[in-house]
Amino acid sequence: MLARRAAELAKRSIKTTAKAQGLRMAVSMLDLTTLEGADTPGRVKALCAKALYPCPEPLAQPVPMVAAACVYPRLVPVAWAALRDSPVKVASVATAFPSGQSGLDLRLRETEAAVAAGADEIDMVISRGLFLSGRHTDVVEEIRMVRAAAGAAHVKVILETGELETADNIRRACDLVLEAVADDDEINHGDVFLKTSTGKVSPAATPVSVLVLLEAARAHARATGVRLGIKPAGGIRTAKQALHMLVMVQETLGPQWLTPTLFRIGASSLLDDLIRQLLKMEHGRYTGMDEVALT
Amino acid sequence: MSGADRIDVVKTGKLYIGGASPRSESGRTFTIEDAKGRVYARMAQASRKDTRDAIEAARAKGLPKWSGSTAYLRGQVLYRFAEMIESRSEDLAGDLQRTGSTAAAARKEVAASVDRMVSLAGWCDKLDQLLGCRNPVTGPYHNHTVPQARGVIGVVTPAQPRLLGLISMVGLTLVPGNAVVAIVPREAALQAITLGEMLAVSDMPAGAVNLLTGDVDELLEHLGAHGDVRAVLGAGLSKGQRADLRRAAADSVLRPVHCVKFAGDDWVKDAVVSSPWMLDLVVDHKTIWHPAST
Repeated sequence: MLARRAAELAKRSIKTTAKAQGLRMAVSMLDLTTLEGADTPGRVKALCAKALYPCPEPLAQPVPMVAAACVYPRLVPVAWAALRDSPVKVASVATAFPSGQSGLDLRLRETEAAVAAGADEIDMVISRGLFLSGRHTDVVEEIRMVRAAAGAAHVKVILETGELETADNIRRACDLVLEAVADDDEINHGDVFLKTSTGKVSPAATPVSVLVLLEAARAHARATGVRLGIKPAGGIRTAKQALHMLVMVQETLGPQWLTPTLFRIGASSLLDDLIRQLLKMEHGRYTGMDEVALT
Repeated sequence: MSGADRIDVVKTGKLYIGGASPRSESGRTFTIEDAKGRVYARMAQASRKDTRDAIEAARAKGLPKWSGSTAYLRGQVLYRFAEMIESRSEDLAGDLQRTGSTAAAARKEVAASVDRMVSLAGWCDKLDQLLGCRNPVTGPYHNHTVPQARGVIGVVTPAQPRLLGLISMVGLTLVPGNAVVAIVPREAALQAITLGEMLAVSDMPAGAVNLLTGDVDELLEHLGAHGDVRAVLGAGLSKGQRADLRRAAADSVLRPVHCVKFAGDDWVKDAVVSSPWMLDLVVDHKTIWHPAST
């Protein structure tokens, strides 16, 4: 069912004005990410410059800034310095990303340190080891504690759907996140995100896994009125894939979710393709790969 | 071939893009008739999007591998390719003959194609010596100019000679390490399919050669205007087509358009077609300064 529905939604053809609008929307929802062992302050600065000015030339219709730059905790100060006067948020992975295989105290301290250094958003990983061994209440408790440690920062909960094997497991993991936020009376729309993957495991944000997350968010909104954010990440490299993600959101959750406060796409090279497509629409010809700066 | 109890199998040709043989994204096909007007093969008719896919495959897949391989290896791969043409010479001659050539002309064209590939294979590791030089400069420096691959090159192959024209234009472009996106006119589509079949099992990296069969008029503009195409080499183009191509490519000085006009016999002459001056059209010249000891 899920696979069929996802495939059905991916058939939608998006052209001309709708495409131009969709591409700009996708740019505005991007968490521009660099999560490599080889990341340097210089690289993060370049990424932030691109987050602020995604398009190498001015277009008739302006191209928005991306939603956030997503980096490792050690590089948060660099990103913060580059983005502090802008609406672009600083997101940091934490809690022993990407495996989550550290003691909870260390993971909580990492979260606190990232927030103290200036992170507006924390991308946490759940302990897939705990989840797969059936210790679900421990996972719920972990999410609660990380949220407490993150304070005012928004928390995106990475389920790493590629390691959860089945769609049923993905939904179960979503339900644990819903459970962890259920008793929070002060929660606002978009304070907590469901995020598919770290980007370090394949498969990552498959259409089916994203659809499961969207349906979980729909169930939660119907039950409580609170809108959780959704963030597919990993393996989204083409503008076409991004537009299909937007179609899935529109068709599953409705237009009120099509805002950067409730929907994000985690990616790095995707931005290049989005910009190339926008330039193609502007000039009527394809730009060379060398003409759009690669991060 | 066809007996009363047997139905002929009509050949279904596809495009050759990124090492795979997809149908046209547009779903369009055209037919090739034999000399008696019977349908001999059905071919995929390439579209704008196929052209784009081919260019992206050439840029992302074929170019890094082919231009990154040593000149010596490229020579070996092209020479091996000449062997493959030789071993399929009966097929190739049969196709030419069935669609218009005389038996003698077909055999001659296939033989010339093998020879052309051998000639081109030889150029791979000799190009630097001929097109490169040491420039006289004042001061304690060595100053060298060396030829290198330009990148993805758009090629338009001629309607005649079908096989020799195709092999010459594609082979020529491959010599310095360029990746090729070739538009092949309907007349030569059958030859392009056989070439694609051979390429698929050769040592040529996927994406180094991409073959699009169809209407030259329709695809010319999309080939010429793509930012990843670093030169266009065309043969057999009309005056109007040449003008269209130059207009499409005019937004960048990095994308020169070269249109060759060979008369009938010129195509078989190595001194004309696989000459260093032809190869010069598909290379970039890089100049290097290096400190000298004195």
